[in-house]
Amino acid sequence: MFSNFDFQVIIDALPYLFLEGMVFTLKLTLLAALFGTILGTILALMRLSGVWPLPQIAGTYVNFVRSLPLLLVIFWFFFLVPFIAQKIVGSPRPIPIDPFLTALITFSLFEAAYFSEIMRAGIQSLPKGQVAAGYALGLSYPQVMRRIVLPQAFRNMLPVLLTQTIVLFQDTSLVYVLSLNDFLGIAGKIGQRDGRLTEMYLFVALVYFLISFAASQAVRRLQVHTAIIR
Amino acid sequence: MNTAATTPNSAAKQSSGVPVIEMIGVSKWYTPEFQVLDSCSTSVQKGEVVVVCGPSGSGKSTLIKCVNALEPFQQGDIFVEGVKVNDRATDLPKLRSRIGMVFQNFELFPHLTIMENLTLAQRKVLKRGKDEADAKARKLLQRVGLSDQAPKYPGQLSGGQQQRVAIARALAMDPVAMLFDEPTSALDPEMVSEVLDVMVELAREGMTMMVVTHEMGFARKVADRVIFMDLGAIVEDVPTEDFFGSPRSERAQLFLSKILSH
Repeated sequence: MFSNFDFQVIIDALPYLFLEGMVFTLKLTLLAALFGTILGTILALMRLSGVWPLPQIAGTYVNFVRSLPLLLVIFWFFFLVPFIAQKIVGSPRPIPIDPFLTALITFSLFEAAYFSEIMRAGIQSLPKGQVAAGYALGLSYPQVMRRIVLPQAFRNMLPVLLTQTIVLFQDTSLVYVLSLNDFLGIAGKIGQRDGRLTEMYLFVALVYFLISFAASQAVRRLQVHTAIIR
Repeated sequence: MNTAATTPNSAAKQSSGVPVIEMIGVSKWYTPEFQVLDSCSTSVQKGEVVVVCGPSGSGKSTLIKCVNALEPFQQGDIFVEGVKVNDRATDLPKLRSRIGMVFQNFELFPHLTIMENLTLAQRKVLKRGKDEADAKARKLLQRVGLSDQAPKYPGQLSGGQQQRVAIARALAMDPVAMLFDEPTSALDPEMVSEVLDVMVELAREGMTMMVVTHEMGFARKVADRVIFMDLGAIVEDVPTEDFFGSPRSERAQLFLSKILSH
């Protein structure tokens, strides 16, 4: 059945696919996961702070973002932000924004909503006595959060955070609609140029599968390792 | 404030000076209908050991958690060394760092080693240097008989060992008083005595202590006074001999007969 397939196309494209495409994809994934975690942690702390109006703001943000299709948000950012920037700066023309930056900001903001729910669950899963013990020793709220609550919440939730990052890794392929040169985007372009889309997409699927599968296996192993003994 | 007049029951060890802990008419409601503390007044003098007992749900734990403001209360006042706990202007972290607290479930920080558990607050709150904090921690671990456990994590220790570490962690802050919230209730029976031994020793060294416990043997041995609570109110606040000799209230008699009959 593969007799009329031409796998040479893939082999020729390998350096470009990986050195350019996969590097872009991984860079976007890791940076978005990093910023998403930071912003998500802040959102989770806001949500649990009980200090009006912080929980309301964070809650609204999370619910709003989670009710929107990611693809739509990507479009929005890409097409609207230049106009918004134009208005703010007062320039005569829409200000083009670096596509990678656009993608990074979009994914970070979007993932923050998901990461914040994970961190919130992680924080709430800790026994209440841990916080009380911190306060009883004279630690302040920021010290209790930074030294006691967040390290434990983060460690407890690490497998879930990483699993969400694997989902993010797959979702970054959506930037292909902005015709950015991520792994999928490059494969699509080469496939189209050479009329070998089937081979290319099969290969892309295989690579995404292998990386995601290997990563989730690694997460499972890590889960056993990092579990805190109580 | 007149400290003597508000606490007629307290048999002060040292009659002079401000009591370490002073509670005046403390009341707390969870909801408008559900009152957990009903105008509780008592005081603890320096060096005094006071045991708080009573049936479960009587408000004992809530009462001592009010002392270091872990629980808010709506009415009354609490003073620690003359500093008002329920005052917005009070520096709570500073006040809390002066009162050691030991919890029913130990509440050691499981992601930190025993050593780090003992030094964290010393360094972050008291701003001690690493060497000083480490030395203090080692001294206290030795005192509770756990010198060799410093590099381990709490999860690797038995319940009794964890609770001894928790006591050492509280002592590392050089507290003026120690609060114990049912420190042996979560322990296997064979580990109760190792924790009580540390507490007895502490009491004999003159530490000011407020202890919520059902260990009547401990109360008999070291308590100066026993407070008996029921339904959120302090029913008795009397010298230990009087409490075990002839409790005045029927409820305390009933409680004692149930708890001492085995």
